[in-house]
Amino acid sequence: MAGPPLLELDRLSTHYIAAQGARVVRAVDGVSLRVEAGETLGIVGESGSGKSTLALTLLRVLPPAARIVGGRMLLDGEDLVQKTEPEMQDIRGKKIAMILQDPMASLNPLFTIGNQVAEPIRVHEHETRRTAWQRARALLNAVRIPSPEARVKQYPHEMSGGMRQRIVGAIGISCEPRLLIADEPTTSLDLTIQAQYLNLLRELQRQHGLALIFITHNLGIVAKMCDQLAVMYAGRVVESGPVSRIFNAPVHPYTKALLNAIPRMDDPDRRLNAIEGQPPNLAALPPGCSFAPRCALAMPRCREAAPPEFTPEPGRTAHCWLAEPAAAAGRLIVSGAV
Amino acid sequence: MSIPAEIARRSSPLAAVRKVRMRDYPVIPLAILGIVTLVAIFANQLAPHNPEVGILTARFKPPFWQHGGSTEYLLGTDQLGRDVLSRLIFGARISMVVGFTAVIFAGALGTFLGILSGYLGGWVDQVVMRLTDTWLALPALTFAIFLAAIVGPSMWNIVIILGVTYWTRYARVIRGEVLALKEREFVRLAIVAGCSKWTIMRHHILPNVINSAIVLGSLMLGVVIIAEATLSFLGVGVPPPQPAWGLMLSDGKQGLMVGYWWLTVFPGLGIMLLVLSANLLGDWLRVKLDPQLRQL
Repeated sequence: MAGPPLLELDRLSTHYIAAQGARVVRAVDGVSLRVEAGETLGIVGESGSGKSTLALTLLRVLPPAARIVGGRMLLDGEDLVQKTEPEMQDIRGKKIAMILQDPMASLNPLFTIGNQVAEPIRVHEHETRRTAWQRARALLNAVRIPSPEARVKQYPHEMSGGMRQRIVGAIGISCEPRLLIADEPTTSLDLTIQAQYLNLLRELQRQHGLALIFITHNLGIVAKMCDQLAVMYAGRVVESGPVSRIFNAPVHPYTKALLNAIPRMDDPDRRLNAIEGQPPNLAALPPGCSFAPRCALAMPRCREAAPPEFTPEPGRTAHCWLAEPAAAAGRLIVSGAV
Repeated sequence: MSIPAEIARRSSPLAAVRKVRMRDYPVIPLAILGIVTLVAIFANQLAPHNPEVGILTARFKPPFWQHGGSTEYLLGTDQLGRDVLSRLIFGARISMVVGFTAVIFAGALGTFLGILSGYLGGWVDQVVMRLTDTWLALPALTFAIFLAAIVGPSMWNIVIILGVTYWTRYARVIRGEVLALKEREFVRLAIVAGCSKWTIMRHHILPNVINSAIVLGSLMLGVVIIAEATLSFLGVGVPPPQPAWGLMLSDGKQGLMVGYWWLTVFPGLGIMLLVLSANLLGDWLRVKLDPQLRQL
């Protein structure tokens, strides 16, 4: 796609600073990513790899201990890191919206559904109550809530889990944002509702030309939903690129290990391949590549120097010495070994 | 108990009676508060005499059932010949007005500061909470007397003084609630939807803490009524000749030694019944509206 991307992250770093700087947790460390308009980016990684902190960084709603210590985030060419808090308030919900990890608890129990769907519309577009409510009804219709006329007057406890989830989705798209961030929105749902909800999200995305950032640790959802994939490990993006390319030919050993760890229905006798060891302590990262202690292919140099970003093929990146052009010749052997 | 016996027990006619009791509305406190409220509202119609003007020839008349009493003055007269019943009736008005407005004033102030403190955190929290600590370290009544001495006695000054004295309890409790609330997902959703802090505090935090504020208010009502009576008793509250119950107690205390018991017993009884009703109602509301407040 030509032209500048919708969102471009350039060596973005967010650190949690505790005890007056004596303890620094590098939750997001030099992340560079691009999201094109209308595209879906999946971000996967283990718990504690910095996925959620990255999402909070994008909206600048970090907890008090966290600081954006470097980098830029360009939304339509404007750097969000430089924005003031009132400017960010206009962006939140209007240009970038977010669906939280537990949509079931995301509704205020004391207000009607209509009130809550209409709230961002009233905050951002200063609509009158009447028009905002009309739009709220249309939105409920769009997320396939039956009889929205009656539902707008009901309270969250009168809804099923799947419905509340769709209402949260409706709130997300209420001001027609350019980018929607979904932070593990389906973890609290059962599988059938999950599938319905994902279909709905995809449909909304097509209709509104939304870009979607989908944070998950479910690679199955990534395969179904996403165009691009970024794999995070210990606060860094270790590999990124088009989903199909990464699934077919992962470069980074961590990505390979993740793909290997997916249970296979067609071969029930196969043992699950867990990744040995634990994710590193983000406050005391090992020198060199942070995956090296768990990597089956680690070389002496991996423990000495962190690999820079390499471009194994156009549109892909990898932070691994194995992707270095000089090592590419040996890659055939390497992929044969895993 | 066997199952058939249990069914029989539950479906017996007695069970219906038990069920009604289970709902346990505090009937007596509600009735007392209701009567006092009505009396306060219709004081002008109910009082047989002017409460502030007496007839000096009719001083120290006992209640009608005692020797020397008459039905002209049902509960007797005081040292200035004023009708005790009329003064009680108008005193109810003062107790209720001061009690309710002071509780509402303290509640509004404390809730506002509690929400600010809990939601904004940081230095705002530090300032409000240290202020609260300091306030709580002062003996409340002495502090109220001190304020009354500065601003001078009048009914509305008493309201302000009591509000300024008792807001701290609200601030503490509400702040605690807000600290828990602001971690809830719906507050975070409001943040990522671009609501300003002010909008969030008004639309999402306040409605969720109002229950606790009401419960606390009902419990504070008794405290505030007692405090008003105490201030009036000490002569720094509602100024004479207005008929505050505390003032009536104070005026009647010398008479107690020589047998003029009706001057103190009736206002004392009034204060006691009113405060007891307020407390019982508060206890019931507390359990009813917010089980989490039980530990308070």
